[in-house]
Amino acid sequence: MSLRGTPGAGVHTVRVALPHHLRVLAGSGPEVTVQVSGEVTVHAVLDALEAAHPELRGTIRDHGTGARRAYLRYFACGEDLSHRSAADRLPEEVRRGEEPLTVLGAISGG
Amino acid sequence: MSGIRVLVGTRKGAFICTSDAGRGEWRIDGPHFGGWEVMHVHGSPLEPDRLWASQWTDWHGQVVQRSDDGGRSWTPVGNDFRYRGDPGTHLWYDGTPHPWDFKRVWHLEPSPVDPDTVWAGAEDAALFRSTDAGATWEELPGLRRDARSGEWMPGAGGMCLHTILIDPANPARMYTAISAAGAFRSDDGGESWRVATGGLRSEFLPDPEASVGHCVHNLAMHPSRPDTLFMQKHWDVCRSDDGGESWVEVSGNLPSDFGFPIAVHAHEPETIYVVPILSDAEHYPPEGRLRVARSRTGGHQWELLGSGLPERDCYVNVLRDAMAVDALDPCGIYFGTTGGQLYVSPDEGDEWTAIAEHLPPILSVEVQLLP
Repeated sequence: MSLRGTPGAGVHTVRVALPHHLRVLAGSGPEVTVQVSGEVTVHAVLDALEAAHPELRGTIRDHGTGARRAYLRYFACGEDLSHRSAADRLPEEVRRGEEPLTVLGAISGG
Repeated sequence: MSGIRVLVGTRKGAFICTSDAGRGEWRIDGPHFGGWEVMHVHGSPLEPDRLWASQWTDWHGQVVQRSDDGGRSWTPVGNDFRYRGDPGTHLWYDGTPHPWDFKRVWHLEPSPVDPDTVWAGAEDAALFRSTDAGATWEELPGLRRDARSGEWMPGAGGMCLHTILIDPANPARMYTAISAAGAFRSDDGGESWRVATGGLRSEFLPDPEASVGHCVHNLAMHPSRPDTLFMQKHWDVCRSDDGGESWVEVSGNLPSDFGFPIAVHAHEPETIYVVPILSDAEHYPPEGRLRVARSRTGGHQWELLGSGLPERDCYVNVLRDAMAVDALDPCGIYFGTTGGQLYVSPDEGDEWTAIAEHLPPILSVEVQLLP
């Protein structure tokens, strides 16, 4: 059950929007939901995502360092969170499941 | 023998082409992993329905997939490729030190003795191995340790370990090749390595006869003669008859001795194939004519084979892992181009036909004979 009270308390159902290649790899739709315990941060959401979908390990952030891959960005609530600390608390709307954390591919390729 | 399966890696996915022994009618299945750059697809010699695929994008990095049903379904396996210890630096294009950084897997070589073991050649250049069907990967750091890796530098495609040859009669004997570093040999299953470049000469090096720094594009070996190796270098086609200790140039009458792949006929150890490319500055065939060169004398004397191939206005390239042979009689020869054409010759190179003409740029071609 999702708690709507104090940030950081309980288990939160968080939406994550994935780019095309990761949807295919995970066998998912455009969004997946994950259960995040405690503080809802990029780090915690991606931990939960990778636990539910081990095939995504290494495709969003580096195996060893956890650093965001250079050609990906993190958006939420109209903001680019890519250059904030992955330990920062995500917006309330993400914590409440009203808005997704979006993993977005850079405009590149050919 | 139930058929032929051709495994094709392209810049936008993998394709699997199948035919009966006539090699005239083909079914093309794909793309698998559409949109991903598929560096290589390769099958186990022990369990032909076990396939491995290396896929990669800038966005998401490296993914390895395994199929146990001949490519009908795939499962992502481990993709954690970490260098053992601090790999230090190699040389950058301008000769300055550059930190080692894993980018992708160029080549997957399934073990000839264990279906759960597969080798991976990486960029930045290193040799990895999985012994648990791809779940985990470990680097064999002896190659970097023993072969003066601080002097290695990237070629145009990156600093990649692109060729892995295993002697099927003595799997402890292995060869690898790296651009632009050279050729290397191990006699203990990849634990320790020696540079195997004696006699090579590369004019772009300050010392053209240096032991390290040669841009080896591809190696080939006939399983019946594991001490004889053939090499397509950045320039020069070469052979060694002593396990890579010494090399001699066998370019002979080739119209150009620049090129990428080299292959050995399945039944004739002295019959070899290359695809001459005009130069390192112009990566297309001489005269705009796509021709395969065949030597039935292990080099020196070459004949150009173009029947069925484009005779004019052809400006494609054939990359290093994009040529393969089958073991039927007569031997079939296959290659793919950067223009997306996949060609087969069912008669040792005499006549060519297109299996496919409009695939994405082809990076790799492997062939399996199905039981």
